[in-house]
Amino acid sequence: MSNLKVTTMAEMMAAGQEPEVLFWVGCAGSFDDRAKKITRAFVKILNSVGINFAVLGTEESCTGDPAKRAGNEFLFQMQAMGNIQILNAYNIKKIVTTCPHCFNTIKNEYPDLGGKYQVVHHSQFLQELIDNGKLTVQGGEFKGKKITFHDPCYLGRANDVYEAPRELIQKLDAELVEMKRCKSGGFCCGAGGAQMFKEAENGEKEINIERTEEALEIKPDIIATGCPFCMTMMTDGVKLKNKETETKVYDLAELIAKSNDL
Amino acid sequence: MAISSIIFILLFASAVFLFTKNIKKVIRNIRLGKPLDRSDRKDERLKLMIKVALGQSKMVVRPFAGFLHILVYLGFIIINIEVLEIILDGILGTHRLFSFLDSFYFFLIASFEVLAVLVLVSCLIFFARRNIARLKRFSGVEMTSWPKSDANYILITEVLLMSAFILMNAADTALQNIGSEHYTMVGTFPISGFFVEALGTNESSLILIERSMWWFHIIGIFSFLNYLPYSKHLHVILAFPNVYYSKLEPKGQFDNMQSVKKEVELMFNPEADPYAAPAEPQTEPSRFGAKDVTDFTWKQLMDSYTCTECGRCTSVCPANITGKLLSPRKIMMDTRDRLVEVGNNIDKNGNEFNDGKSLLRDYITEEEILACTSCNACTEACPVNNDPLSVIVDLRRYLIMEESKAPSEWTGIFTNMENNGAPWQFAQADRLKWKDEE
Ligand code: SF4
Ligand code: SF4
Repeated sequence: MSNLKVTTMAEMMAAGQEPEVLFWVGCAGSFDDRAKKITRAFVKILNSVGINFAVLGTEESCTGDPAKRAGNEFLFQMQAMGNIQILNAYNIKKIVTTCPHCFNTIKNEYPDLGGKYQVVHHSQFLQELIDNGKLTVQGGEFKGKKITFHDPCYLGRANDVYEAPRELIQKLDAELVEMKRCKSGGFCCGAGGAQMFKEAENGEKEINIERTEEALEIKPDIIATGCPFCMTMMTDGVKLKNKETETKVYDLAELIAKSNDL
Repeated sequence: MAISSIIFILLFASAVFLFTKNIKKVIRNIRLGKPLDRSDRKDERLKLMIKVALGQSKMVVRPFAGFLHILVYLGFIIINIEVLEIILDGILGTHRLFSFLDSFYFFLIASFEVLAVLVLVSCLIFFARRNIARLKRFSGVEMTSWPKSDANYILITEVLLMSAFILMNAADTALQNIGSEHYTMVGTFPISGFFVEALGTNESSLILIERSMWWFHIIGIFSFLNYLPYSKHLHVILAFPNVYYSKLEPKGQFDNMQSVKKEVELMFNPEADPYAAPAEPQTEPSRFGAKDVTDFTWKQLMDSYTCTECGRCTSVCPANITGKLLSPRKIMMDTRDRLVEVGNNIDKNGNEFNDGKSLLRDYITEEEILACTSCNACTEACPVNNDPLSVIVDLRRYLIMEESKAPSEWTGIFTNMENNGAPWQFAQADRLKWKDEE
């Protein structure tokens, strides 16, 4: 057993309690081995500052994002309506998620289907915690490290969140270095639009290699990101380039958790 | 009335008439699109139009090209004041009608000349970038001979028009200097002043130069006006409404198809009586997604006509950069070319004519639309706020929902999502396992 404290909505409901915020884990965060580490890191932070949160657990289902981007609007709306029924039944008001795709879909596409919540990405949530003094970040092992941030398309361009992730990195006392293509000009990792789930079309190169090469050009100690799919793509890229010892890929939540020895 | 005035009025009237006729066709074609309500948030739209279309905010993301473009654009707008004078002179048979403004007039013409030179130089640099430096952005499969020539014609025309303007002023000054009748003294202009001497002092040949440059300039402008509807240069007009009617929602937000919503709602609430509501007028789409241009909204069609073929979208597209077939510029150009074809078909054969072709497959292949990562780099880069991504998604919707032609891996994730609520084959019951691992 782990020492994570995680309550499901069903348990909360049974105990007559309400969470401050619902943590939407997402499919990658629930099932992908690498992304599960991000999930756990984020929960460790939530636990450490005593946030009263809940998860849907087995009642959570895919937001429908990959179906929608692939063009399967039926399946998307079926998924969305199902999730909205559950979220509304639990009277959820605020949602935090570690996946920019879930973030974008619930925040932007659910309201029209009857699901209206305040939705934040975990980078924004963590920044809030720091801003109101609940969370202090030490920097720890990342002090002075060269860190670059890969903007997830669905966080950056799609929703204009560029600063929260960068402020978190700066809180680590790390040296934030930008890639040539960053922020609104950021370059995709190659996973979005349901590309994650199929072979790429014929071309000269894989998109994640192009992006990894760009990141490695500035010789960072760490490539930071805030998306489980970017995580897969960048990790694969670094592996393929045989740079695993020099350059690590971490999610923002992992950076904060590690620096605080959680 | 002088014969020249009559000729001028006839030319002017036919230019306006022809232009109106062709623009009406463009508007008719745009209206072939499906309805879409963009009448909301007027203040925000106006601000956006001022910033992006008038203020060229997205052009200067690339400072060099952006700066030159602003020069050409300023020149275009401001020199139009001069064109107004030329038109009035032409109709009334006057010469330099506005010269009564005196020193202000002199200031105006002087600044027009400076602008004219800046425009001329900018256009020459643009020409060199395309034809000598051969920037990668200006090539690509979609940049066939017509789009390339179109761009060059525009640049050459601008250079010729500006040269005519300056030569005209030089001849005018020379005529003033020799005290020729009709040529009001307005002084020597900053640029054309340099060429005055070279033109000599022969009155009749000077008048010939001055008059022919005057006519060349204005006929050039009339022709250029009528070239617009056939050219990417139409963006000088359409950029404004196109930016005004931009999508204001976050870039990541795709529209929820309302036709699908109705069916899904029924499935979730089977008791709801589908006939309870008063019968709505039949606005149901004939198909899900888009197979041909008439399946898009009018805004998507307006995008296609507004496309400047600048290739900024394609130059940042991750699929294109890594050698895939997809090019968002091609998506926009194909949409427009097909729309023009459909419009011409209607003109020739009436509304119901079906040429058996469609945008999907006859113009755009499956391979292209499947390569998109929906990263929004193209929409971010587009200086006129086009949305190639929405076109791609609508084509995908048709492919997936109407033809069930998903790549096999996608069929797999769809099945998984239906069965176990995740794109992968993991049981929903295991969704919380992460909690106890490690
Ligand atoms: S959204 Fe699609 S077409 Fe546009 S830049 Fe990204 S991959 Fe290319
Ligand atoms: S869609 Fe926009 S960015 Fe792309 S070529 Fe056309 S005008 Fe340029």
